[in-house]
Amino acid sequence: MASSTPCFAATVAALCAASGARAAPDTYTLPEPTAQFRPSPDAGHAAGFRAAQENCITCHSADYIAMQPPKKGQAFWDAEVMKMIKVYRAPIAEDQAKAIAAYLGAAY
Amino acid sequence: MDLGRRDLLKGVGAATLASAGIGLSDGRAVDRVPLPFGNGERPLVAYPGKRPLLQMTARPPQLETPFSVFDEGALTPNDAFFVRYHLADIPTEIDRQAFRVVIQGQVERPLSLSLAELKAMPQTELVAVNQCSGNSRGFFEPRMAGGQLANGAMGCARWTGVPLKSVLDKAGVRAGAVQVSFEGLDGPVLPETPDFAKALPLDHARDGQVMLAWGMNGQDLPWLNGFPLRLVVPGFYGTYWVKHLNGITVLDKPFAGFWMTSAYRIPDNACACTEPGKAPDKTVPIGRFNVRSFLTNLTEGAQVKAGRVALRGIAFDGGSGIRSVEISTDDGRTWAPAELGQDLGRYAFRPWTADADLAPGRHALRVRATGNDGDTQPMEPRWNPAGYMRNVVETTRVRAA
Repeated sequence: MASSTPCFAATVAALCAASGARAAPDTYTLPEPTAQFRPSPDAGHAAGFRAAQENCITCHSADYIAMQPPKKGQAFWDAEVMKMIKVYRAPIAEDQAKAIAAYLGAAY
Repeated sequence: MDLGRRDLLKGVGAATLASAGIGLSDGRAVDRVPLPFGNGERPLVAYPGKRPLLQMTARPPQLETPFSVFDEGALTPNDAFFVRYHLADIPTEIDRQAFRVVIQGQVERPLSLSLAELKAMPQTELVAVNQCSGNSRGFFEPRMAGGQLANGAMGCARWTGVPLKSVLDKAGVRAGAVQVSFEGLDGPVLPETPDFAKALPLDHARDGQVMLAWGMNGQDLPWLNGFPLRLVVPGFYGTYWVKHLNGITVLDKPFAGFWMTSAYRIPDNACACTEPGKAPDKTVPIGRFNVRSFLTNLTEGAQVKAGRVALRGIAFDGGSGIRSVEISTDDGRTWAPAELGQDLGRYAFRPWTADADLAPGRHALRVRATGNDGDTQPMEPRWNPAGYMRNVVETTRVRAA
């Protein structure tokens, strides 16, 4: 392709810079997520808390959950977990999904 | 509306927050900004190439522009432009020499074009607003799931590129083609998750304005805004502006991907709305922006000196251009015209200025724009299940003394 002359040696670095060509690919470093899941509100939801930590963050950070509207109730979180499985194909077993949804409904 | 965010940005001290145990993984404290709805607290995080922005989610990165940026001018700086991804496998290494965009499907000559080859074609430039479909979702009532944005998932930039039409003509669209689909380098974490891809009708794709852009405000596209190439669809919601664009496919039947057939759909009626809490009978893909306007130099709860108060802001619509902007200080009973500022084109933010006489006391300032197509903004918010297309007349409450 017309202007894809590679720039290998340091001696041609100035030329490369002048022509806008680069030897190395551009890279981007994303900051690591820092948000944590809310603790389980009681012992009964501890399994769901663990399952959420193990499954949800495969595809998204915990802030995705924390930003959702407050106090939407259990049906809201049941629907969200179901959407992750049915629509986005999250491989979560049924008992795990129920535990996650119950934890989310209780903690968020 | 905006809850005095600028004041909050100034007033929230890093030391206070550090003592509250809030920080980045490297130990630096971060400021947090409360957006004015439940669970609206956002950390301000500076990504490479970006100034500190409101971090909605870290993975995938979703960053909202602090509203004060819109008071800086009609063009949104690249380092402040909002970021929205759906799926977390976003490219972190791109070789601009090796990068190719492939044009395939119902074409006479499939193409694989480098950036240099695109840049050798006749270039075009256009100032256009990009706005997330779900901009302002956090203000819907009742609220719904999704990205919980205030009003900062929008921005206006000067885009440089080549018309998609030129590229399609070069490839030679075959008779019988009906749509063109687009995909980028970003993808899902799990291979089973529907990959992000969008489509436009062929006539729209060939309108001469839809663009493959590499330039934004005279610079390369920022990484998180689609480096090195993105689709620009003037007047249409950001969902169509596919980032890291590397695949264009001409189709002889409508695209059947999830992101067109299930996601990003609106009620199929004139207001794109339903009774709050109700599902629509029929939906269509989201399309063109409705008309919006914002006051940018005063924030909710601001204190101003009584007397003549200078107001300014921005307005935009889906491409008819802004005909007028009006101001009301009496709950919408009377409206006074604002003066329109520099016209950067019918897809751009249109700046406006106005004066209001404010007696001592509390005032609700309202701003309403009308497009050249006659469309205007409703006084009461409309609702739809996905929380798209909010364009209610904005109200900013201030106190004059």
